[in-house]
Amino acid sequence: MNVPAMQRALPVPGPLRRLSFGLSDAVVFLGALALLALLAKVGSGAFVSFVPPQTLPSVSLAPSNLPYYASRSLLRMFVALAASFAFTFAYGYAAARSRYAERVLVPLLDILQSVPVLGFLSITVTGFIALFPGSLLGLEAASIFAIFTSQAWNMAFSFYQSLRTLPADLTEATEAYGLSRWERFTKLEVPAAAIGLVWNAMMSFGGGWFFLAASEAISVLNHSYTLPGIGSYVAAAVTARDLPALGWAVLTMAVMIALVDQLFWRPLVAWSDRFRLEQSASADAPQSWVYDIIRTSQAKRVIAVVWTPLGDWTSRRLASLTRVRSRRNAGVAPAWVERAYTLVLAVAVVVLLVAGARFVLASVGIAEVGKVALLGFYTLLRVMVLLAFATLVWTPIGVAIGFNPKLARILQPVALFLASFPANFVFPFATLAFIKLHVSLDYGSVLLMALGSQWYILFNSIAGAQSIPTDLREMAADCNLRGWNRWRRLIVPGIFSSWVTGGITASGGAWNASIVSEIVMWGSSTLTAAGLGAYIAEQTTKGDWPRITLGVATMSLYVVLVNRVLWRRLYALAERKFRL
Amino acid sequence: MKELLVVNDVFKAFPLPEGKGEFTVLDGIDVRVDEGEVVALLGRSGSGKSTLLRIMAGLIPPSSGSVSSSGRPVDGPNPDVTMVFQSFALLPWLTVIENVELGLEARGVGRLERTKRALKAIDLVGLDGFESAYPKELSGGMKQRVGFARALVVEPKVLFMDEPFSALDVLTAENLRGEIDDLWNAGTFPAKSILIVTHNIEEAVFLADRVVVLGSNPGHVRGDVNVDLARPHNRNDARFKALTEYLYGVMTNPALKVESTKTATTVHAESSAAVARSPLARPLPHVRVGTISGLVELIVDMGTNQEVPRLAERLALPVDDFLTILDAAVLLGFAAVRENCVDVTPIGRDFATTTILRSKDLFRQQVLANVPIVATITKTLAEKENKSMRADFFLDLLDEYYPAAEAQLQFTTAVEWGRYAELFEYDAAEARLTLGEAAGTVVG
Repeated sequence: MNVPAMQRALPVPGPLRRLSFGLSDAVVFLGALALLALLAKVGSGAFVSFVPPQTLPSVSLAPSNLPYYASRSLLRMFVALAASFAFTFAYGYAAARSRYAERVLVPLLDILQSVPVLGFLSITVTGFIALFPGSLLGLEAASIFAIFTSQAWNMAFSFYQSLRTLPADLTEATEAYGLSRWERFTKLEVPAAAIGLVWNAMMSFGGGWFFLAASEAISVLNHSYTLPGIGSYVAAAVTARDLPALGWAVLTMAVMIALVDQLFWRPLVAWSDRFRLEQSASADAPQSWVYDIIRTSQAKRVIAVVWTPLGDWTSRRLASLTRVRSRRNAGVAPAWVERAYTLVLAVAVVVLLVAGARFVLASVGIAEVGKVALLGFYTLLRVMVLLAFATLVWTPIGVAIGFNPKLARILQPVALFLASFPANFVFPFATLAFIKLHVSLDYGSVLLMALGSQWYILFNSIAGAQSIPTDLREMAADCNLRGWNRWRRLIVPGIFSSWVTGGITASGGAWNASIVSEIVMWGSSTLTAAGLGAYIAEQTTKGDWPRITLGVATMSLYVVLVNRVLWRRLYALAERKFRL
Repeated sequence: MKELLVVNDVFKAFPLPEGKGEFTVLDGIDVRVDEGEVVALLGRSGSGKSTLLRIMAGLIPPSSGSVSSSGRPVDGPNPDVTMVFQSFALLPWLTVIENVELGLEARGVGRLERTKRALKAIDLVGLDGFESAYPKELSGGMKQRVGFARALVVEPKVLFMDEPFSALDVLTAENLRGEIDDLWNAGTFPAKSILIVTHNIEEAVFLADRVVVLGSNPGHVRGDVNVDLARPHNRNDARFKALTEYLYGVMTNPALKVESTKTATTVHAESSAAVARSPLARPLPHVRVGTISGLVELIVDMGTNQEVPRLAERLALPVDDFLTILDAAVLLGFAAVRENCVDVTPIGRDFATTTILRSKDLFRQQVLANVPIVATITKTLAEKENKSMRADFFLDLLDEYYPAAEAQLQFTTAVEWGRYAELFEYDAAEARLTLGEAAGTVVG
């Protein structure tokens, strides 16, 4: 037993803790008050009533309005995040705990992850407006739902995975000590999943900005809908050809992302590190200055005074409701039940497919299906070209950064920041350049799609290079491995796994981005590229349901096919051969 | 004496993948734990002793037969028992005291009462002052003390221990074992009985009043041995030594009947009703060739007729591991066991002392003659046109007899032995076996 560990282990005497109201307490107290006031002010805007489409709230381009718009957007992001967490716990738990549910929920999640989120928008906007007539809440809900769909699937999958890989001895211990389902959930299952879940939520949240920007101002069924927010500010600036306003929006966005990272995600990551499953202390735990302030303040004690009795009462109620009285029938259902269940599933899938096909083919000819498939192929080509270019450009840079620890420490967060910065904020600048330089969007859209997704390649190349052990690099230097040989024997195998991870993420992002990249506007001029993304966007504006369905289904099919044919195999290869 | 736990004719089988029948783990088990006694379940790997413990704790259901606890049938987590785990099984995000309170909280004990009792239990196991530490700050021995405190704080009727000391180093284990024994002997132990699962013979005789010997493949009760010594059991007592040696003999020799030593003991008839089984169903011990030849060389060096306990001690190996290696040597015909003495065979002597090439020839000859799976693989490859075959084929063959993980292990061992004998080669990337050069000379 070493001495520092002993000291940490000794309990701090009570009187010392109660010492005084320190600086950190003041900061935490004032911070909490300010947050509450802000929430009240910003949140009230969501309940403004309107009757579509006459009295839409308009967006003013004065930069002084930006903080308010940004807060409205941010509120949407956090509501979506909360919804994603609720969904994650319910869905992940059901999938992991019921064999019957698992067989439906897991493949469904796989499909949902492949469906382009923006393709949903048209369906959901109309649905939510109908749900909340005469109030802005419908539009709010639609926008929040778009962000939700970009976060929830990833998070639910991460939670499901954690539940499936719980350490067997801990599961057994909680069972042997008679913990109720609720106690198991709060004491074992959620803590064990916490680290993965927080990381996943953080990455998905970063991706969510893109969909926020795309969903605040949207044209569906020939109506344009606008929600006050930073995304609709950008849309208004584009229509008004107002470059300075765009600049202000980009700046606001950058500040907002940085603030959310420092004030919310860093503390959360630092806090969740306590849920590490290893039984020994780890060397480099994540740090956060905000977390340090909160931890040294008395906030925890104040909250505990209120929370402990309340929390005790609730968890005791929930625990007694979910007590495991006797062994559940150990899942040995008779064979015919299994077979009947499989049959029901198969019939349901066939019925859905036939219904979908009839719906589409009733108003769309078979020729259109072929045309859409061809458009999908164009978009596929763009995604592949993008990946190839991003790899050629960013892998060497990423590896150079990764091999230099000092540089990596500074630049890795920057790469992460760039990955979460919504690329559609930069689109107008690129569009303007394309118009001035007479670049066809057929090629230009590749650049637009790359603006958002290339950073995943950079980020993962850095991480991959960092994971190559130092002794292997020294060996390479010792054997005089240089240039191409060094890449072939050391670097490519070393970063392969990371590159595959980055590639999957980048390609998913690129498919989604195609919907907003293949058709762009500047003022009244519109540029269009031939591709599936432009097709979906156009049909959404028109509100042609069969064609939207056809477009979204085709894109999902492409994504699933590419995943199966390319990424799964590369991933298996990485697991088998290039594991460090 | 009052019966606390009764296991009646328990049979347990796990289904093999793809409906290929079942893998029997326990067969016709009868065990009883009375109030006031310490019982040890002693068995080698494959005897299903941990499975039996979990069935008694109500964590897994038996396939047939019944368990009752304090007269009530067990059909879910058994509230009369708490368990100490080999791997400690502490929740890493809870402090020591929060971990200890776990079982109390589940029983709905109020916060104040909970803290009071937890502090007392922590005090009992000597962890005073570490209440707010996290498990990762503690050494292995201290972690297991938390495990004991967590189990004892609810004052269970029976304390279950699943190899509680085998993840600790020798000295720490010795120390903690002694302390638990002291607590029990002091008469203030917070549980009425103890049931410990172990493969360590000395540990069983030291702690237990009664040792239940389990046989392997499938697990069955070979018999009970009463340890009628005054507590604490003195290791230097001649009867302690005699009993330990007797148990070594029993464990080394699966055919030996277990008889009562000092007092009346229930001697069960050997339940291994010799059913004709496929040669593949006889599991290979998972031992590397180098380890086997190391053992044989050691016995040759030490002289004939070595006692098993002495050899195990000399090698500083846990008995279970040692016996596995010995099994392999016996299976290959390099060593022979009589009572609890080991001797090398003439072939074994030759194998240990000759050149590498000649010893490979000997190994090849013995492995083909005595290890059916290696012989089957070699023969199948020799019969093929291209002298090559996918590994899946043989794995499927083994899947008929073992659960998937065990089939994989059996295959790995067979490949290791066959490769050493140069009977076949194995390409792991392609998962393909190819006939080796040496095989041609042996298999027509």
